[in-house]
Amino acid sequence: MDKLLEVNGASKKFGDFIALNNVSISVPKGSIYGLLGPNGAGKTTLIRIINQITLPDSGTVVLDGEPLNESHIKDIGYLPEERGLYKSMKVGEQALYLAQLKGLSKSVAKERLKYWFDRLDIGDWWNKKIQELSKGMAQKIQFVVTVLHEPKLLIFDEPFSGFDPINANLIKDEILRLRENGATVIFSTHRMESVEELCDDIALIHKSNKILDGKILDVKRAYKSNTFEIGVNTANNSALEKELSDKFKTEPANFKTLSNELKLNIQLNGNQSSNDLLNYLTSKGEVSHFVELIPSVNDIFIQTVTENNLQ
Amino acid sequence: MNHLPLIIKREYLSKVKNKSFIVMTILSPIIMIALISVVAYLSQLNNDKVRTISILDESGKVKDIFESTDNTTYNKLDGMSLEDAKTLVTETSGYGLLHIKDIENVKELSENIKFYSEESPSLTVISKLENKLERHLTLINYENVGIDIDKIKDSKVTVDIFQENFVGETSSKTDSIIKLIFGGAAGYLLFMFIIIYGNMIMRSVIEEKTSRIIEVIVSSVKPVQLMLGKIIGTSLAGLTQFAIWLILGSILLFVVSAIFGIDMAQMQTPQQAAIQQAMENPEVNTKIQEAMQGFFNLPLTNLIIAFIFFFISGYLLYSSLYAAIGAAVDNETDTQQFMLPIIMPLILAVYIGIFTVIEDPHGTVSTVFSFIPFTSPVVMLMRIPFGVPIWQQLLSLALLIGTFVFTVWIAAKIYRVGILMYGKKPTYKELLKWIKY
Repeated sequence: MDKLLEVNGASKKFGDFIALNNVSISVPKGSIYGLLGPNGAGKTTLIRIINQITLPDSGTVVLDGEPLNESHIKDIGYLPEERGLYKSMKVGEQALYLAQLKGLSKSVAKERLKYWFDRLDIGDWWNKKIQELSKGMAQKIQFVVTVLHEPKLLIFDEPFSGFDPINANLIKDEILRLRENGATVIFSTHRMESVEELCDDIALIHKSNKILDGKILDVKRAYKSNTFEIGVNTANNSALEKELSDKFKTEPANFKTLSNELKLNIQLNGNQSSNDLLNYLTSKGEVSHFVELIPSVNDIFIQTVTENNLQ
Repeated sequence: MNHLPLIIKREYLSKVKNKSFIVMTILSPIIMIALISVVAYLSQLNNDKVRTISILDESGKVKDIFESTDNTTYNKLDGMSLEDAKTLVTETSGYGLLHIKDIENVKELSENIKFYSEESPSLTVISKLENKLERHLTLINYENVGIDIDKIKDSKVTVDIFQENFVGETSSKTDSIIKLIFGGAAGYLLFMFIIIYGNMIMRSVIEEKTSRIIEVIVSSVKPVQLMLGKIIGTSLAGLTQFAIWLILGSILLFVVSAIFGIDMAQMQTPQQAAIQQAMENPEVNTKIQEAMQGFFNLPLTNLIIAFIFFFISGYLLYSSLYAAIGAAVDNETDTQQFMLPIIMPLILAVYIGIFTVIEDPHGTVSTVFSFIPFTSPVVMLMRIPFGVPIWQQLLSLALLIGTFVFTVWIAAKIYRVGILMYGKKPTYKELLKWIKY
């Protein structure tokens, strides 16, 4: 698949502090790319490099086949984590100004703003000042300003913070719609469930280094441990538990069911197949539950970061 | 993409539309005029008060020289003891009592004159009395030792040196005063402009930082562009404000004097009379002519061109530093420690301008400081009316522009890093590091 953005070996030092150490990522066209990492890992520095706010000490950035340059400013929309607007400026004027800075003409900007304001049902805010709006309302304006110039690449840093669930959902749907319309999205967040839900690819940055990246399914496949969560009903549950723990690696499982069956997490080794396990279980009793445990992004995140911290 | 005009426009409009800016622009001249009127009115009241000074002249030598005027009534007491005179003055609540003892020797007499009053008397009143007495007693003394007063009067000369340079341009002391006024006004205007609008730039940078919009903006424009846009936009707003003050001030002054015109005319009778008198006096007439001459003798073209260049470069030099300070800190209270190094050379420049340039416009101190970039705009502007060789002006301007480019570069670096830094107040050492990033 075509790559929209490729960062090759980007490094950045601030004095003696290494903010980014030889980080490469490649973002496929039309994908939603999750940029993950603990606080202070270097995500913001990487995002700022892509936005040309900061220049990397070394490394290159290629956007849509061209080395990053000033003309790309209009191709990128950036919603920073620390966001804000001019407090005493009117919503409409402000949005127009910011759109013009991104290279839109005044008339086009006005037209698109009308469209977006109607779409998000905020048309009557045009003449209000930002200081009269609530935080969530200001966030909506900021979102509109970010996407208004229809950039190829959208960068959202914690886009859902400050939104109530309804508006968060609204914004999520808009992001998905933008992607359908051809935009590529880089998405930096700590909310793993939204990564799980939205992202196609992820990269994990920790202590200035990229420690993991790839398609989210590939990553999960690499991290799966062949563990199955099972529930069986037999006459004698504890006898079966004993038998199973001799044959397989087992751990007590914790999930909610209606009856009082035996619940276990069973990890298979390389010679054992899931069919073997299922056949064995059905021969012993009635199987009520049989699920392969797929690691969540949250688990992967915590696992890799803690492993890295230990090293 | 060049967004500079767009940024300038926004900065300008956001300043000009700001409520407090509008209020300040309209109220300032009104307040100023009101203050001036009140002060003028009060001092007029003060002048209108009539003082009664009693004089007990036991020697009989001087009482004839005191003639009552509009503001002062002299009440001459005769054949009364000092104690009685004191009681009388206290009872009639007079301003004070001047007591001259009966001593034949004028020298001794002059050393024994006393003024009694309830409160300590005004300095002007005492010096007026002293002048009158001194003049008169000296005359008496001349007579006593047998000097012909007429001869003295006759032989007295006044010296007014005519000044002319080698090219043949004449000038006078009045000339120097006019030069001083023009130079001082130019230098001081720059000083005020830097302080008022430099601060405004700083605040607007801090505002952008605290409202956190800065990151959105710098993802669209280069920080240097934003900084320059801010400086230029704010300066234009400043010029607008100055222009409005000037226009509004003159209109108000006109209106006020039209409304209170009759009053003022009455109030100013003594002064007007004095002017009338002066006009008739040929000597003063020459002075006025000299003043006009002095004005036209000023290197006006040079002054105006130099004013424009030194004003702009000097202002930009300082305002870029203000912008850098604004970028380095999170809130206004943190700016103090960085303000000092900016304010110091400015104040130094004004002091040098006032004390040294007046004394010796082409002396070492004035010349040196009119080359040092941080003081040169103010000091050079003050020196130029006295005639500064063009090469000196050009050299100073070149140095200033060079420094200005350098500080803008430094400021832009600090600005670029600073606007994205939050949290603790940076030290000078950290600022240095930022420049190297």
